[in-house]
Amino acid sequence: MKVSYYPGCTLKTKAKELDKYGRRAAEALGITLEEIENWQCCGGAFTSASDEIATKLSSVRALAEARDKGQDLITLCSACHNVIKRTNDAMANNADFSMKANNYMKLDTPYTGETKVIHYLEMLRDTVGFDELAKKVVNPLKGKKIAAYYGCLLLRPGKVMAMDNPENPRIIEDFIKAIGAEPVIYPYRNECCGGYITLEDKTIAAKKSNKVLHSAAVAGAEMVITACPLCLYNLQKNGTEDLPVVYFTELLAEALGVKED
Amino acid sequence: MQKIGVFVCWCGSNIAATVDVKRVAEALSHENGVVYSTDYQYMCSEAGQNMIKDAIKTHGLTGVVVCSCSPRMHENTFRKACSLAGINPYMVEIANIREQCSWIHKDMVQATAKAIILGKAAIAKVHLNAPLTAGTSPVKKRALVIGGGIAGIQTALDIADAGFEVDIVEKKPTIGGKMSQIDKTFPTLDCAACILTPKMVDVAQNELINIYSYSEVSAVTGFVGNFTVTIKKKARYVKEDVCTGCGLCTEKCPQKKVPNEFNLGMDNRRAIYIPFAQAVPKVATIDPEYCTKLKTGKCGVCEKICTAKAIDYNQKDEFIEREYGAIVVATGFNPIDLKDFDEYAYSQSPDVVTSLEFERITNAAGPTAGKLLRPSDGKHPHTIVFVQCVGSRDTSGCGKPYCSKICCMYTAKHAMLTREKYPDTEVYVFYIDVRTPGKSFDEFYRRAVEEYGVHYIKGMVGKVAPEGDKLMVQASDLLAGEQLNIAADMVVLAAAIEPDKSARPLATMLTASMDTNDFFTEAHPKLRPVESPTAGVFLSGACQGPKDIPETVSQASAAASKVIGLLVKDHLTCNPCVAESNELMCNGCSSCEKVCPYGAITYIDKEFRMPDRTTLVRRVASVNPAVCQGCGACTVACPSGAMDLKGFSNNQIMAEVDAICK
Repeated sequence: MKVSYYPGCTLKTKAKELDKYGRRAAEALGITLEEIENWQCCGGAFTSASDEIATKLSSVRALAEARDKGQDLITLCSACHNVIKRTNDAMANNADFSMKANNYMKLDTPYTGETKVIHYLEMLRDTVGFDELAKKVVNPLKGKKIAAYYGCLLLRPGKVMAMDNPENPRIIEDFIKAIGAEPVIYPYRNECCGGYITLEDKTIAAKKSNKVLHSAAVAGAEMVITACPLCLYNLQKNGTEDLPVVYFTELLAEALGVKED
Repeated sequence: MQKIGVFVCWCGSNIAATVDVKRVAEALSHENGVVYSTDYQYMCSEAGQNMIKDAIKTHGLTGVVVCSCSPRMHENTFRKACSLAGINPYMVEIANIREQCSWIHKDMVQATAKAIILGKAAIAKVHLNAPLTAGTSPVKKRALVIGGGIAGIQTALDIADAGFEVDIVEKKPTIGGKMSQIDKTFPTLDCAACILTPKMVDVAQNELINIYSYSEVSAVTGFVGNFTVTIKKKARYVKEDVCTGCGLCTEKCPQKKVPNEFNLGMDNRRAIYIPFAQAVPKVATIDPEYCTKLKTGKCGVCEKICTAKAIDYNQKDEFIEREYGAIVVATGFNPIDLKDFDEYAYSQSPDVVTSLEFERITNAAGPTAGKLLRPSDGKHPHTIVFVQCVGSRDTSGCGKPYCSKICCMYTAKHAMLTREKYPDTEVYVFYIDVRTPGKSFDEFYRRAVEEYGVHYIKGMVGKVAPEGDKLMVQASDLLAGEQLNIAADMVVLAAAIEPDKSARPLATMLTASMDTNDFFTEAHPKLRPVESPTAGVFLSGACQGPKDIPETVSQASAAASKVIGLLVKDHLTCNPCVAESNELMCNGCSSCEKVCPYGAITYIDKEFRMPDRTTLVRRVASVNPAVCQGCGACTVACPSGAMDLKGFSNNQIMAEVDAICK
């Protein structure tokens, strides 16, 4: 099975592991991630200004390309997923936005939100199935207590992202169970890590990140996993708790026995 | 040829504002067979009915068409009027030009044209109407009440008070329901046990009331006045008529680690138990899931110590068949499961409790003997946060879209009682809205705020995070427009309420309808609130919608009065619009029998004289007119067209369609 894949800039630089292990694991599961051609930066954050079109055009280009190939568009980075999915929703449901974006793009066929944007985790849950995934695990991470960290971009706004219950999610916990480990439930798993505030004031980001890490550590976690490069950065660089933070794809690749070259 | 009168109702402005009623009356006066046509402001009023009666006499009408509201509203009114004027009540047809026309259209020209067409269809049908005579069926003078909470108890007491036998079927070992778990009741703060347990005793002592506790309804057949119900009496492994309720066995049973459901699992009971001291019947029950004797064959302590010799490990489930004239559903409610609301940390901390658990904690007979102590460490909490609408008014899909109605008031009660007994405790209540409609309800809530200093904050709690021995509550204060962080010792969640899980299978057995939330639907939301649309089935209490105790008791008594009204009759008039099989056309294929939801169709072998004077025995369908409800499913299923519904024959319906399409 082939799907269109949008990696995003960070996955080519700071977050190469998220991308590398994601691709390997997908192959092991019989899914080929076909990187779409000529993709550009998603814009990094979805601007709330409704007349801000320019920063969303690269998302529209990626979405239109997946549509032309007749494929779903898979994303991996939480931030890219948030921007592309929300842009797609605006293209489908906001006529004014859609008209302006199409006027800029001058595509052969105007784009109106036809592509299905699927996060890698949703692909594991809905296309592969966590039960099937569990069967393909060769190195179950038995007894490992893992805390899922969602951050804020993956789940919210809940009605548009429609991935899981934003207040009480379970998709990463179910993923952790599928790879044979034990999920740790802790209260701050869907709180913000501080995000881009680290550029302005590291102390705020440190406070936010430590709150998350501390809460996970108290709940007995040995490790935190995430899908977001910025979350990983904040937890690792600004957090002071001694708790490893890794991308979920790394554990997936390990469980499927495809981590090592 | 029929002589038909047409009567067009204005319904004040309900119809006349959108439909040109004069034009309708005029247009229909030219229809074949119509000898009289008129319009009037309120046809259902006495003056309107007199117009119909007078016209029947003056013009010798044989059929009547009333263009008015839905037949569910006034068909009976007009049938009765016609019958008083001497024509068969089934010669009346209603053209619904209100619900199906004036209320749903805006354009007068279109609506008027449609009203005329609906009138023409009714006229076409009346031409084929035949006088029908209703038969009668006897009424079994006994009622069944399903559920033994306060709703079921009140209904049963009222029915018995009128002199009729009542059976209560209760699935738990005792009657009493949710009210028996409650400490005090709003808005007067009288103790729930003090007002409930005397009623429970009244039920037990009333000779006309028979309690089937630890029992469930497993099958229902029959119809209004003549239900046959199979009751499954679950094995309690104790002879009910021998046990004296001394309680010795519940103290000596070595299996001590059984979560006590009466205290919502906050303490333990034994494998043999009496749910609470005032239980009715006060009889022990063995829990087969935990009893060592039943599971492994070893133990038998309770049998050895029981002086009354009431223990019987070999008891089996028993099935009892009983006949009833009426059935009252009083299956009640439960708080929802909070697994989809873990942002409030219910699964993460024992100090996050539901309101019903809080009720047990504050109850003198509860796990802490009425002292307000946190479940985790038994310490007195100094800051308590109450969260309202947990799963109520929730459109996210995790909870219930409706308002659970009782939570605002019981939370005000909890907050007030906490401040009263423990003035050193800070109490916060987070709410979306405070809803207090009810006698003395708003005054009660205001007392909590004004006299007891409870902090009411408009806004919802986003997260509860256990940190050390505190619960960090993140919330927003919408009026002040700020984020709040409160370090609480205890959090109390006002969980939404939902119908008991037993309600849905029961509704299927009773062919009673339910709404999308599994609450039983009433026959009419305003005018018939305690009757189910299924004849002979009545609704009492929260099975019909969220209700507090005063409202439940009112509805329970109302349901009882409806039951009494039914049981005083010796015979019921049957609906004559029932199915009938044309035996000459029936080929005995059984299609109709398979689709009949009431079991009204059986097959008989019948002798037929053939044209060549031989005799042929054929299997043909036969409808029991007392059981048939006239739904018409069989007439559609019948491949040979032998089944027909009196009053709604295939010919009549085709004539209506022709009139509409002409």
